[in-house]
Order: sequence, then C-alpha cells, then structure tokens
Amino acid sequence: MDLGIVLALDVLNGIASLVLLCMGLAIIFGMMKVINLAHGEFLMLGAYATVVSANAGVNIWIAMLVIAPLFVGIVGIVVERCLIRFLYGRLVDTMLATWGLSLLIVGLVTTVFGNTINGVPTPLGGFAIGQYRSSLYTLFLVAMALLLVGSVWAVLRYTRYGLIARATMQNPNMAAAMGLNPTRVYMVTFGIGAAITGLAGGLLAPVSGIVPTMGGAYIAKAFITVVGGGSAILAGTASASALFGTINQIAAFLTTPVFGEVILFISAIVLIRLLPQGISDRYFRRSL
Amino acid sequence: MSRSLSTGLQLVLLAAAIAGVALAPQVLEIFTLMQITLFAAMSILALSLGFIWGFGGILCFGQTAFFGLGGYAYAVAAINLGDSTGAVFVGMLVPAAFAAALGYFMFYGRISDVYLGVITLTVTLILFNLINSTAGDEYRIGAAQLGGFNGMPSVPGLNAPGDPSAVLEPEEIWFVTAGALIAVYVILRLVLVSHFGRVAVAIRENETRASLLGYDPRLYKLLVFVIGGAIAGLAGVLYTNWGAFVSPTIFALSLSAEIIIWITIGGLGTLIGPVLGCVAIQAIVTEIGSQQEFNSNLVLGVILIAFVLLLPRGLVPTAQILWSRALALKARRGGAALFEGGPGGKDDHIAKAAE
Amino acid sequence: MQDYSATLLETRNLTMRFGGVVANNDVSFTLKEAELRCLIGPNGAGKSTFFKMLSGQLTPSSGSITFRGQSIAGAAPHEIARLGMGIKTQVPNVFNGLSVRENIWIAASRKHTPPVSRRITDEVLDKIRLTDRAGDLVGHLAHGQRQWVEIGTVLAGEPDLILLDEPAAGMTDAEVLRTAEIIKEINRTRALIVVEHDMQFIRMIAKTVTVFHQGQILMEDTIGAVMADQRVRDVYLGKKVAA
Repeated sequence: MDLGIVLALDVLNGIASLVLLCMGLAIIFGMMKVINLAHGEFLMLGAYATVVSANAGVNIWIAMLVIAPLFVGIVGIVVERCLIRFLYGRLVDTMLATWGLSLLIVGLVTTVFGNTINGVPTPLGGFAIGQYRSSLYTLFLVAMALLLVGSVWAVLRYTRYGLIARATMQNPNMAAAMGLNPTRVYMVTFGIGAAITGLAGGLLAPVSGIVPTMGGAYIAKAFITVVGGGSAILAGTASASALFGTINQIAAFLTTPVFGEVILFISAIVLIRLLPQGISDRYFRRSL
Repeated sequence: MSRSLSTGLQLVLLAAAIAGVALAPQVLEIFTLMQITLFAAMSILALSLGFIWGFGGILCFGQTAFFGLGGYAYAVAAINLGDSTGAVFVGMLVPAAFAAALGYFMFYGRISDVYLGVITLTVTLILFNLINSTAGDEYRIGAAQLGGFNGMPSVPGLNAPGDPSAVLEPEEIWFVTAGALIAVYVILRLVLVSHFGRVAVAIRENETRASLLGYDPRLYKLLVFVIGGAIAGLAGVLYTNWGAFVSPTIFALSLSAEIIIWITIGGLGTLIGPVLGCVAIQAIVTEIGSQQEFNSNLVLGVILIAFVLLLPRGLVPTAQILWSRALALKARRGGAALFEGGPGGKDDHIAKAAE
Repeated sequence: MQDYSATLLETRNLTMRFGGVVANNDVSFTLKEAELRCLIGPNGAGKSTFFKMLSGQLTPSSGSITFRGQSIAGAAPHEIARLGMGIKTQVPNVFNGLSVRENIWIAASRKHTPPVSRRITDEVLDKIRLTDRAGDLVGHLAHGQRQWVEIGTVLAGEPDLILLDEPAAGMTDAEVLRTAEIIKEINRTRALIVVEHDMQFIRMIAKTVTVFHQGQILMEDTIGAVMADQRVRDVYLGKKVAA
C-alpha cells in the first residue's frame, strides 16, 4: 500500500518533470517547427543562474523562480536576434546553428566556472509514507508543473499573443497574413520558450548535479516527448508527458532508471511508427 | 569538365592516394603515422555520414550510434573469438542490423527531417547512458566484460586473417586503415554511379516524383541508411583497434556534433569534403588539446555557427562553384565552349546546400 | 491488340474528406482503354484531389478505385506507378538538381536495361524537344520547359494511363501548341486524363469532357454539349468566357 503511494508519487513526479523540461522546447517547436538543440544548455544556464545567485546570498526561491527564467529569457532573445533570425525558412540550418550554440555555451560555462560548481541544498525537507520517505520538493515540482500548464493555457486562450500563437501554429503564414510582424512573433516566442526552460533549469538545480554538460542528461527525454507529442504546444506536451512519464517511471521502478529510458525510447519509436505526426495531431487536431 | 576527363582525373588522384599510403611509413615518424591512422579511421566515419546525408538526404544526427556499436561489437567478438577476422564482420553487421531496425521505424513511419535528426540523436544519448550503466559483473557477453563507464581495456588488435598469433604492427595497421578508407571511398563512388545510387540521389532531390515514377523511397532510404551504418561500424572497428580500448565516450554527444561539423565545413553532397573536414577538425581538436588554452567545445561551436551563417554549402562545393564560374568566364572570353555539362557525370558536381 | 471498349479505370462512390471539408463526394467515373478525357471545373472543384487519390498520394475516405481490374484505393504511389499509371502533378515535380537527361533516364531505367533506357531517353528528349538542353540542370530551365521535363519523365515510364494536371500552365503559345500535339500523339496508344483551365487548349485536344463542381461530377459529355450547357456556363464557363 505504502509502496503504491510512493510509486504513484514517482509517476506524478516523472510527469511533472517532463512537463517542466519540455514546455519551453515545445513552444519553440510548435511555433517555429524547429527543435532547439541548445535546449539542454538553456536548462543548464537556468540551473547555473540559480546556483550562482543563491551562492551569492540571494534567496533560493527568488533565484530559481525569478532570476533563472529572466536571465535565460534574455539569453534566448539575444540568441534569436544574433543567430536564429538569419536562418528563417532553413529548418536544418537552424538546428545545426543551435547545435553549434549548444557547444559554444558549454565551452563558455566551462571556461568561466570550470568543471564543477557548488550546488544548492534541496529546500522544504521531507515527509514519511509508512516506512518510505518522500520529499516535499517533489510535490512543489508537481504544483509548479500544474501552474505552468495553467498559465500557458490561459495565455494561449485569452491573450492577444495567444491568439497570434494559435494562428501561427495552424498556419505559419497566418501571422504575416494578419498583418503582424512575424519577426516580432518569433523573437517573443524564442524568448518565452527560453525563459520557461530557464525556469525548469532553476527548479531542477536543487535536485541535480550542476556541471556544464548536465543538459545532456535531460535532452533525450525532452526530445522524445516533444517529438511524440506533436506540434500542439499544450495538448502535445501534456499528453506525451503523461504517457511517457508514466511509462518511464514504471519501467524505471521495475528495472533501472537507464532501462526505463530505453523502454521509454522504444515505446516512443513504436508510437511514431503508428502516429507519425505525434499524438496531438492525431487525437487533438486544432487544439492548443 | 567532360565526364571522361573527370574520370581520368579521379583515377590519377586515386593512384596518388595509394602511392601516398604506401610511402607514408617511409617518411613519417611512428607517432605521426599513428596519428594519421586515427584520422583515416575517423575519415571513414565522415564518409558514412557524408553518404547518407549528402546523397541519401537522410538527416542523421547520431552516426556515432553505429560507430560505437561497431566498436563494441568488434571488442566483444574479438575477445570471445580470439581472432579478429570474424570480429571485423561482426563489427559491421551489428550496426547494420541496428540501422535496419531503426530505419524501418523511421522511414516507414514517414517522419520529417526534423524528427529524424532528433530521433537519431536521442538514440546515441540513450546508448551512451545504457553502456555507461553496465559496470557490474553481470554485464558480460561470453568472456567479454562490458565494464560500464570504465570501458573495455585490452581489446585484441587486428591479426592476419585467420592467424590470431600474427598481430599486426602499427605500420600494417596504417596500411589496413588507410586501405579501408580508400576502398570505402571507391565503393561509394561506384554505388553512386550505379542505378541504385542514382535513384537514391533522385529521391533526395524529389521524393514525391521518385515514388510517382514507381520507386519506393522508403526502401531506398532504408538501404542507404544500412550501408551508412555498416561503414560507420567499420570505422568503429578500426578506431577501437587503434586504441585497443573502447569506452562509452565513443557514443558521446560531442563526437556526434563533431561529425556534423566535419560534413558541414567540408560540404554536403560530396565525398571528399567530409574527409577533408574530418582531417581539418581532428587536427584542430588535437592542437587545442595540447595547448590547453581554449575549450574545444567553444571553438567547435564557433566554427559550426560561422559555417552555417557564412558558408552553408561548405568548402568543397563552394570551391567547385567558383571553379566552374571561372571556367565559364574563361570560355566566354575565349569564345569557345570549353565547359560542357557532362550528362550523367553528376555526382559531386551537384553542389546542393543543406535544405 | 487492345480492346478499346474495355474499361481501364473505374471509380465508384469515391469520397475524400479533410476534417469537415468534403473535397470529393461520391465520384463515380469510368475511363476506357486509350481514351482521352478532359476534366474541367472551377478552382476548388476537387480535380487535383481526385488525381491525388488515383495516383496514391491520398487515401480516399471511402469508395473504390479499380485500375486494370485491380483495386488500388489506398495503395502507395510507387505501387500504382508500377501498375502503369503516370502523373504530371499541378506543381512541377522534377529532380531540380539533376540534368534533363538524368531526369528522363531515372524514369526509363526502372524497368529497362541500360541500352534500352538510353534509347528511350533519347526518344523522349526528342519528343519534348529538349535534346540540345539534355545536359542542363532542370532547376535552370524556364517554367514551361520544366513542365515538359516532367511530362517527359512520365512518358519514359511508359504508362498505360497518363494523368496531366494543368500541363499548359505557364507555357508560351508555341509551347501550348506543341503540348497539344504531344498529347494527341500519346493518345494514339495510351489513355490520358487531362485537367486544364485553358479552354482554348481543351478545344484543341478534347473529345469527351467531365465537369467537376463542388467535389462532384456535374456532367459528362462531348466538348460541344458541355460548352452549350447552361449549368456549366453558370458554375464555370460563364465567368471565364466573359472575362
């Protein structure tokens, strides 16, 4: 019984982490049809921003919830202005450029901070379920994931930017047809996607090892989930995170975390064979 | 260039390459010889991706998956068999079979380029994690201990075919590796002028048209992918043999990125470009490693971004375009048509930039 | 010898829906061996969708397609091509990075030995009048010539049925005339279905005309009867002729 609750919490945590990990990537993919290969490095920058400011005496919550998304969001806008905007319409080149960016960021961070940095302790402490212990921070992550999904939904549903974003997802030429400046739309999109990724990096900072190459540990899952989810930002991310998070955690529980990832990948590839356009395009057409 | 001239030129260059390989041990120090042996093994890996991406139009971001599988399969087989002869074939067959299985899901699922790149990249990430986690005693295949992140030390080197006692000397390994590079290059050239190769290139040009003419693009892409997998496996075999050692870093993301950089700077749609790009980048990375001044990721990232922004076609196709423009200009001035577009003599004259 | 009264292609109740939009509704269409048929209809009438279902680029929502007695609805494009159907699509579909000769050769060499392929390639190049540009990259040709290259690749595959979607679009008057000639020449031995907007062109080649309107067949008759029909004038010709 207690084990069942722990496993359920694990699954919930797995889903929440995937939602946090993927949302920024999915927003950029859904709007621009490009996979940002520097996604892992944006996460890493979020984690570094949190750790560096916390170590400098800033309150940990402000560091992870304000500084990390703000810093990485600004990095995203700079990257879009200085790099991505020259490559619109060249999907493969855009991916290659973001890959180059990923190497560049890893190189820069290694040069500045070296190979390791002091982490931050996990806030909030833990609680007991029978003979097992779980961390309150896990529940906090679940709450943050729900809050993120809710906010993205509200923005897409009720704001002017959300309307533009939905139009662009349906038809990339739509924004231009509506008389909007597509460059602005893309710049804002990239900035928001980066900021959310930075937030995810900040939230993961207390529970992961902080090294310049830490992005690599997360991107496999994030890429699979976004590709499996398809191009609808919310429906895709939510459904794929729920499906893959569950598969991953249960498989990891039964075997090892690494085999959990392998099983996750195999199920994703079978899914892609069956639904080449991703879950959302098959079952949630015209959704957010 | 007319077709016959171009063929003649290629034969001359081929002869020069063979002569160079034969003479290298006479003029080079043993250390340098081993260094260029490594470059030659890596160049085979460059050719494998240059072929499937440049000619098959398959955006594979994870060619290291096949390279690494080749290396590991060779190591496991060589330890178990005690003879490298069969192990070399195992080292090509395992990645080819893996490419066939993965390719079946990807090509028959008709996924887009973007998805293909991401999925192949993810495969290498997962293989890296998987092999990394095989540290325990229970992870053994026959007599071979996989060793997790420590890798597998003392992998048997190549021996004379069928004679395990005759282990090859560094000089002989150079001949084998460089010979394999030339052989792979020639085989790929022949594949490209064959009917199969021309159809594969046509499919890269326009998949819809090819299928409306009765060719099954999925099957052709799958075969190109499998050939690429086997060649990358061979590169992995030679790499593992070179260091007598294989570890999970053979699947590392940084190596996947490096291969992409070789092709991007050398030029997509050529075979010689990826080889030149590979040698150049390998030399730069080796130099950085010995100087310790810059971080190699930093330099590689800057190089990749610079090429994508400024010279997206890569060096060799750009040089070809400039050369043919110069020829055309000369022809116009001289009033005679020196330049004749060779029908059928396409292959590397079609400088096709990444789409 | 072919039996010219035999049915080559037949569709029954063919329907294609995209979400809520019905692009083709209940289309039942029959074509005989070596027949030449023109399809006309305003934009959005469903002609290109119909072609895409015939050639396997789209899988019909319901209904059947029979070609040479074999059911082909939902088969892959390459399978249908192998049964002997060739199509020139509306948007030119050629191998831009290959030479004109290679484009044709790729099509001819699927079922022939190299020497035969070369002979067919030469014949087709002559027929589409591009022999002197055989070595040029197709991407460097003018739009009308690229249309011909595509027609050439279709011819080189030696299909029994050829679908041409707007073959005269973007061509000069002289090229249009030549295209009409080629079509009549092909029709001596093979069946064709031609979609075209240019009514002058239709008059040059047409015997029987099928009119599409709002995804359905409005009428099917000789060119004269179709042109005289009031319904056709209302939905299509009225505007076009007046314009």
